Amino acid sequence: METKKTSLYQLHQDCNAKFVEFAGYQMPIQYSEGIVEEHKFTRNHSGIFDVSHMGQLFIYGGEDLIKDLEKIFPLNLKNLKLNHSKYSFLMDKDAGIHDDLIITKTNEGFLIILNAACKDNDFKILKELLKEKYKMVLDENRSLIAIQGPKSSQILNDIISGVKDLNFMSGNWFTFENQKIYITRSGYTGEDGFEISISNDFVDKLTRELINKGSKLIGLGARDTLRLEAGLCLYGHDLDKDKTPVEANLKWAISKERISKGDFIGSDIIIKQLNDGVSKIRVGIKPEGRIIAREKTKIFNQLDVHIGEITSGTFGPSVNGPVAMGYVENEFSKKNTKVFLEVRGKKHPASICSLPFYKKSYVKGVN
Amino acid sequence: MSEVKYSKEHEWIKLDGDVATIGITKHATEMLGDIVFAELPEKGSNVEKDGTAGVVESTKAASDVYTPVSGEVVDTNQAIVDDPSKINQDPEDSAWFFKLKIKDPSEMDTLMNKDDYDKFAKETSA
Repeated sequence: METKKTSLYQLHQDCNAKFVEFAGYQMPIQYSEGIVEEHKFTRNHSGIFDVSHMGQLFIYGGEDLIKDLEKIFPLNLKNLKLNHSKYSFLMDKDAGIHDDLIITKTNEGFLIILNAACKDNDFKILKELLKEKYKMVLDENRSLIAIQGPKSSQILNDIISGVKDLNFMSGNWFTFENQKIYITRSGYTGEDGFEISISNDFVDKLTRELINKGSKLIGLGARDTLRLEAGLCLYGHDLDKDKTPVEANLKWAISKERISKGDFIGSDIIIKQLNDGVSKIRVGIKPEGRIIAREKTKIFNQLDVHIGEITSGTFGPSVNGPVAMGYVENEFSKKNTKVFLEVRGKKHPASICSLPFYKKSYVKGVN
Repeated sequence: MSEVKYSKEHEWIKLDGDVATIGITKHATEMLGDIVFAELPEKGSNVEKDGTAGVVESTKAASDVYTPVSGEVVDTNQAIVDDPSKINQDPEDSAWFFKLKIKDPSEMDTLMNKDDYDKFAKETSA
């Protein structure tokens, strides 16, 4: 299959991007300044991420759709306010995670943002579960960009007036060049920012205007270091079908009311794990010194017993040191527990730590 | 002081008497991106031509560093371990990796000169 290009491909080239193939797309991994500078620029100023490879699934419907989606997602969608967003997951009956996603209530139904590598499969699963009762569009005509970092609100508001009044995890329709664009205040970097869904024909123009106002394109390399410092999961690494939201330490994203009813796919396992505990759980891991423990690195306890594995690990430019997360046996998941990481045959000391590694407050007005 | 030679694994080597200074090329650092970790061989250890003698890691991945000639490690550059970003800044001078007391000077003959290396680097990265 031929690799796809996003509508910003030409702009990436103009900005000297290095490309990698990711989920069937040619995506920029970094630009000329490199991952560390791009990471820091996002934390201190404003970075633009092309995430057009991600799925934008519009599902159209009313009260019935809400009821049907509540059978799938562990959320209280009935009480979710118009234009508000929630982080959630698509699970199988054993509560294994097919994908993690952001779902937003719109005036016509719901918009669900899906991971690029999962979107086609998610679409199939959802179509089956919803028995083709609703119009569903995995929209290939729209691009998605994120603008993240402390200067982003001002920069975007200079072009699209009013966005700075959005609260965190809420959105609305705005116009750009007479085009309807949907903007939410959200992101995946641990910074204040926005995600913008815009027609493929206008994304290049908007992005160039954002660059002219002082923002910069940032590649997937820095997106990974930013999200890991922020303690956020990457599907296919920290989350997959062999892990449940409880094991992934994401139970905060499951509605308590929905648990008490227990009527969504995977709820039996979720309730069981919440009551009985889990055998493995996702934790933050801070290596001592500078050694970087990457995905698949084995974790040992102080008696040299294998207790888990790293699922994401890199160097965190803002932390100025290595950062990682992974799954360990529950009894070793307490903060400050000493563990050892096997890197190139040698065991290196590390400790379990709380997430995120890097914390900055999001914009006020959270829900 | 002899001319600087280069390996296909993108190391440079400069011989002074029987002591060789070894590092990675600017081209290598450009391919790797931001280097955030460096591990060097132990002083006093013996390394074999084309064997691994260290590791560098960028934010993206880990890469082995090979030694282009055999010998005993007589010195290592702690400055690049403490601040690996120095490798990106000055790879072919102050950010050298290790020094070897070489075993067999004829091993130097198997390596490339600057012109040949530049050509090789250009071809392999194209």
